[in-house]
Amino acid sequence: MRYEAPETIEGAVKLLAGGGPRGRVLAGGTDLLVQLRAGMIAPELVVDIKRIDETREIREEGGRLVIGAAVTGAELGEHAAAKAMWPGVVESAELIGSTQIQGRASLAGNLCNASPAADTVPALVAAAAQCRIAGPGGVRRLPVEEVCTGPGQLSLDDGEFVVAFEFPERRPRSADAYLRFIPRTEMDIAVVGAGVNLSFDDSGRCAAARVALGAVAPTVILVEAAGRALVGTECDDAALQNMAAAASAACRPIDDKRGTVEYRTKVAGVLATRAAKIAAQRAKGAR
Amino acid sequence: MAKAHVTTTVNGDPVEFLCDAEQTLLDVLRDELYLTGSKEGCGSGDCGACSVIVDDRLVCACLMLGVEAEGHSIETIEGMANGDQLHPLQTKFLEHAALQCGVCTPGILVAAKSLLERNPDPTEIEVRYWLAGNLCRCTGYDKIVRAVLDTAQEMRGG
Repeated sequence: MRYEAPETIEGAVKLLAGGGPRGRVLAGGTDLLVQLRAGMIAPELVVDIKRIDETREIREEGGRLVIGAAVTGAELGEHAAAKAMWPGVVESAELIGSTQIQGRASLAGNLCNASPAADTVPALVAAAAQCRIAGPGGVRRLPVEEVCTGPGQLSLDDGEFVVAFEFPERRPRSADAYLRFIPRTEMDIAVVGAGVNLSFDDSGRCAAARVALGAVAPTVILVEAAGRALVGTECDDAALQNMAAAASAACRPIDDKRGTVEYRTKVAGVLATRAAKIAAQRAKGAR
Repeated sequence: MAKAHVTTTVNGDPVEFLCDAEQTLLDVLRDELYLTGSKEGCGSGDCGACSVIVDDRLVCACLMLGVEAEGHSIETIEGMANGDQLHPLQTKFLEHAALQCGVCTPGILVAAKSLLERNPDPTEIEVRYWLAGNLCRCTGYDKIVRAVLDTAQEMRGG
């Protein structure tokens, strides 16, 4: 195995494009090193992207938040502006693992590990975040929900890697929230995760809503019908019930030791409702 | 494949080492630098026995490659005492008998030091959450948590 730590995006693209399918991107390494040690992967080349400035920065570009691919959960949690703009995204990142894991684990790693149960992904999808992807053809943008195509599967081409996450401009009276269900208080993998992002108009009606669910399908899913159930309402109990029904109806989960199909389907609606209530509460307090 | 040459700082001293790309920082600390205080429990970031501080961040040395340490500053359990003078956490762990077999202890001491540097007055809940990534199969954690809280109080001058 060869290790390279290029300092530019172009350098990383060149290495990855030359490395073919046996090349792997290293950000925090909290999944990659476990897979290496377990013999699940045997890359010929590992490209560490942490020495590229763009992957390590949290910036505002014209009122839009941009979070570098390799920014850690701990760094994100300590960033007051990011937390104020996207509290749901930040809380989803902070839920992952222990203090030690928080010191390394990144948003792009969580996404590109392509687990259906990744905690940050429903929050990123609900936020309508886009990936800034660098590759041999230049830079392109891809909605987060289009990056994973199945467990462990990505839509990225050889030589491509995620450089940063771009968030939309934050409207007034908007906020997001993320909740996950696990059988204990922390340090576990989501049985169900729910990210909800809401915007309200000045009369208190929901103007835009995005609901995304994790661990209930082969990939994180954006449930557009659940969002539509809230738009135009005051997110009252009846609207939330419709939203929950739409969320549950979209679930295609597996049965496993963490939860049965029926359980996950039911909990998805419950969690989405609770996350929506938190997002609504936050939106009322925002600007 | 030629070994990589890595220049780093360990416990305040400049250190250079050669390592293979596959070697973790924990492998390097134990097998190349003979700093065997950091333990390998699980090798997958679950147990925290290999906890070290890299540029003021608590991390698992088993989840970082040795080559990634280039240019970074690493603190291990070996740097915790000042010569023969134990760190207050070490003294309190002895007073409270906050260890039995001792395998988790270096990692827990490093993790607790990292906590108290950030938060000199943690609540019991904050201590328990901060140390949730450090597994101990002997003590049941209560003595560890009490030792950390007692150290914090002492270091605040209470």
